[in-house]
Parts: sequence; C-alpha cells; structure tokens
Amino acid sequence: MLKTLLSNDTPRSKVLTIVVLIIFLGLALAPFLFPGVRSLDTAARIAIFIVLAASYDLLLGYTGVVSFAHTMFFGMGAYGVGLASLHMGRGFGAILVGSLAGAALAAAFAFLIALFSLRVRAIFFAMITLAVASAVAVLVSQLSWLTGGEDGFTFKIPRELGPANRLGEVAGVKINGKLLNYYLIFTCSLALFLLMLRVVNSPFGRVLQAIRENDFRAEAIGYRVVWYRTVATCLSAAVAALAGSLFALWLRYVGPDTTLSFSIMLDLLLMVVIGGMGTIWGAAVGATLLVLAQTYLQDLMGSAASATEFLPLLSRLLDPDRWLLWLGVLFILSVYFFPTGIVGRLRGDK
Amino acid sequence: MSNQTSDAILKLQNVHTDIAQYHILHGVDLCVERGAVTMLLGRNGVGKTTTLRSIMGLWTTHTGDITFDGANITATPTPARARAGIGFVPEDMGIFTDLTVEENMTLAAASGPLSPARRDWIFTAFPPLKTFWTAEAGNLSGGQKQMLSIARTMAEERKLYLIDEPTKGLAPAIVSTMAAALKELKNQGASILMVEQNFAVAKAIGDYAAVMEDGRITWSGTMQELASDTTLQEQLMGLSMEASA
Repeated sequence: MLKTLLSNDTPRSKVLTIVVLIIFLGLALAPFLFPGVRSLDTAARIAIFIVLAASYDLLLGYTGVVSFAHTMFFGMGAYGVGLASLHMGRGFGAILVGSLAGAALAAAFAFLIALFSLRVRAIFFAMITLAVASAVAVLVSQLSWLTGGEDGFTFKIPRELGPANRLGEVAGVKINGKLLNYYLIFTCSLALFLLMLRVVNSPFGRVLQAIRENDFRAEAIGYRVVWYRTVATCLSAAVAALAGSLFALWLRYVGPDTTLSFSIMLDLLLMVVIGGMGTIWGAAVGATLLVLAQTYLQDLMGSAASATEFLPLLSRLLDPDRWLLWLGVLFILSVYFFPTGIVGRLRGDK
Repeated sequence: MSNQTSDAILKLQNVHTDIAQYHILHGVDLCVERGAVTMLLGRNGVGKTTTLRSIMGLWTTHTGDITFDGANITATPTPARARAGIGFVPEDMGIFTDLTVEENMTLAAASGPLSPARRDWIFTAFPPLKTFWTAEAGNLSGGQKQMLSIARTMAEERKLYLIDEPTKGLAPAIVSTMAAALKELKNQGASILMVEQNFAVAKAIGDYAAVMEDGRITWSGTMQELASDTTLQEQLMGLSMEASA
C-alpha cells in the first residue's frame, strides 16, 4: 500500500528513510510539536517549497533542461489566486478558479517557450527562459493597476481559513482557521509531491531520464525528444504554479519579491542541487534544509556569537549579520562532500 | 558499384552527408538485401559510422535518397525511422546508465511491452543480462554493456538492424557470445547492415560485403567473393582477412 503510494520509489536507505520520516512527521505535527506563528510559517514554507523544488527537479534532474523561468510559473499561480480572490470575492471558488487559471496559464506559457526554444542548445534555452522571466517580472512591476506593482497586494481568503475562525483547543494548541489553512496546504503539497513521484516513476519518467542521459539514443529508439521535453516543461510549470497558489493562500498576499524574484530561483537551484538532482526525495531534503537555514541560521548564529563573546574574533565571525556568508560556506561544503546531493550520497550512488 | 538486388530493404542513392564543415559522405550507393547480412567494411575514418547514422537520420543527408522498405525516408525524422522498423546499435553502445537493465529493455520496446518469449530468447543469447536484470546498467562491464546495447535492439522485431562495430574492444570470449547471438539473429531471417572491423566475425556472419573508401562505396559483392580473394582484400582495404582474422 505504502509502496504503491510512493510509486515503488522508496528512499532505499535507512538514514534517508529516517530523514524523510522526520520531515514528514515534523510537517504533519508541526502545530503541535512546534507551537508558534513563526514555526508554523516555516513548516508551511517547507511544504510548499518541497513541491516547487520537486517540480523543478522534474525539469532539471529528470529531463536535463535548465530553466530560469520556474519562479515565473510560481508567480503565475500566486497571482492567479490573488487576482481571483480580489475580483471574485473571498471564497473557495475563487481559490480554485485562480489556481486552475494560474496552472493553465503557466502550462500555456511553458508550451510556447518550449516550442520555440527546446530545439536549441541547452544554454540558449536557459538564456531564453531567463529573458522571459525577467520580462514578466518587469511587466508585473509596471502593471500596477492590475498587479499592485512593486508593492503587490493583499487579499482575503475564505473566513474558514482565517485566524478568526476559532474551533477550540487540542493538546493546548488553539484550533483555528489558520491551522486549517496549514493542513489544507500540507495535504495539497503532499498530494502534489506524490503526483511528482508517480510521474517520474512512470514510463514517461523513464523516457525523460533516457533523454537526459542520451537524447540522440532516445530518438534512435523512437521517442520524440522535443515532444517529451515540452510535456515535461508544461507539467513542471503547472505544478510550480499550483505551489505558487498555495503560497499565496498562506501569505494572503502576492508581490514580485515573494513570488517572482530571481533570489527564489537561486534558492530553488540550491535546494535541488543540495538535495540531489534526479531524485524527488532530494527536493524534499534540499527544500527543508534551505528553508530551515534561511529561517533559523541567524538565530543559531546569534546564540553562538553570545556564547563565544570571550573569543572576539570568533564571536565577530559568528555575528548574525554574516549569516549569508555561512550559508554560502555550508553550500560549498555540501557540494564538496555530497557531489551527487545528499540523497545521492545516502543512497550510495556512484 | 552497388550490390543491386531485386529485394532490397534499404537503398542509398548518391548520399552526401556533411558533419559541420566537413564533407564526409561523397555519394554513397548501397543496397541492403532483405533477410541477409551486409557487412560494411573499410579503414578507419572512411565514413562507415556516418553512413549508419545518416540512415538513422542522426546526421542530415543534404543530397541523395534513402529508401527503406519501399518508402523514401530521406526527410523522415529519426524517431519515425525507428518506429518504421529500423533498430540501431551505435558504436558507443548508448545505453542509459542510470536506468536498470530491465528499464533499458522496456524503453527499447517502444511499440508495446517486452514479450516474455522475446525476453527469454534474449536471456538465452546473453545470459549475463538475466543475472543483472534489476541492476543499474552503468554498473555492467564493457562486454555486458555491449550485450545490452544489442539486446535492446532485439527487444522487438525490426525490419532492419544497423549495428556499428559490435565486437570493438571486447575480450575474445565475449566476441564469441556476440557472434553467436548475431548468427542467431541472422538465422531468424533478420536484415542486417553491420560495420565490423573483426574480419573473422565479418566473414562468419556476412552474406554480402560493401567496402568504403573516402566516403564512397568502392566495391560490393558477396562476402564469399571477397573472403576468397586476398589480392582483392589487400587492394580494397590494405590488408587481408586471413592476416587479421
């Protein structure tokens, strides 16, 4: 049953199984294990970024396509939900319409980009996606009458998902709409993650892996490489858009910085590379690590700096303002010690 | 100088192919007879591999015609040529190292699932593939990878097999296994166009031979005719089959 649910793609390593279980249980029980607004926000971000990283890995790790437009698709989903809620009024209908419209628009955009550029060399495809993503980000900033420009806009979500919807208390934790919203996001993220696992372990996923490894050979066997790459690009874009919808639903706000910025694209690359390309589990591990580091590394460094006050040089090095430096060091170390990513290493690949 | 026959499954007429700025094939004329093995021979760098890749559509032919099973496929994309029934075993094997042996075979049977009878026949021809069925193909030895490369083409019945140097760099014991499997394929009535540098294997399997020089076919005829004439061999290839066997 569990194997079927995981499409027979189990973690295949004791340590990885434990890590995945910790992530799963940590997210499933986050409101009870780590009470507090900040930890719940971190858990929701982890769940959403796992889906976003998994969808990017379908493209980068499984198909060998380097795209810099993934946050653009993420943003389309987020703006879809935001605009639908703004214009249709708060309600689940608006969220559903916004999510589906965002996913459809993302898939259509991906189809157009793929159609025009997947026949060219990988580097040119990457450049084209970068150009399109930058153009869309600028456009969103300029069309302030529609998108709220640089400031973005807030919108209302269904009352049932708001903090004002109080339902009681369980094990000392207040059950309210915010908690329901978290579990809605967690469930949708889990479903999308399992969908990605299903896709990469299907015959379609195997063809993608074959194309990544040797596209000439895949063509010689009879597979239309451009068609497969195009479908993978569209699917990946649609899932990224759905992740964006979840993000907007969680934040109740959309803006270029939170959904379209290039720094999210870089984070995404790091998540996939650190976790391990070509393994959907890698996306889960990479996204969890990076979101945790981004959220708590500064706190951790603050505590370390206070504890080492008697050693001025070390204390200064551990100053919380230098957290990006240490994040960079951690990234270099992880690439050095885990060249195939954490999951690749744990599974004993190569 | 093509071995023109009445029942050719593949016919190349005046085929010219460029790779980047280099003009590699200078008008190849070749016929491959249905149900027979045609060996494509010649020194290194004369265009044998380019000929196979041009037939498969992996290099674009800018002049000339390629006719397969009665249809002109010169402008047909590679996947469509494969689906029309041409199986290709490249020189570099081209196996998918991250996938298992089973997944490699399943992918190769593009028109439907790999039939158990066909799988058993492949296991008989290449026993190591049965042993390593669920192993990652990247972990196989060189000989096993070559076996997988050929077996993959055998995953379903093809109208024509293009095989590029199947015994290159293999240990003698593996070469025997490979030759036996190719003979078995031949006995089943397969049409094969094969590039082979090992003349002992070429002589044992081939029905017809075509010799290339500078991107053209300079001689074609029966393998028996070529194998029995050492003067002709030295004249065409600069060495005799007996000497190199």
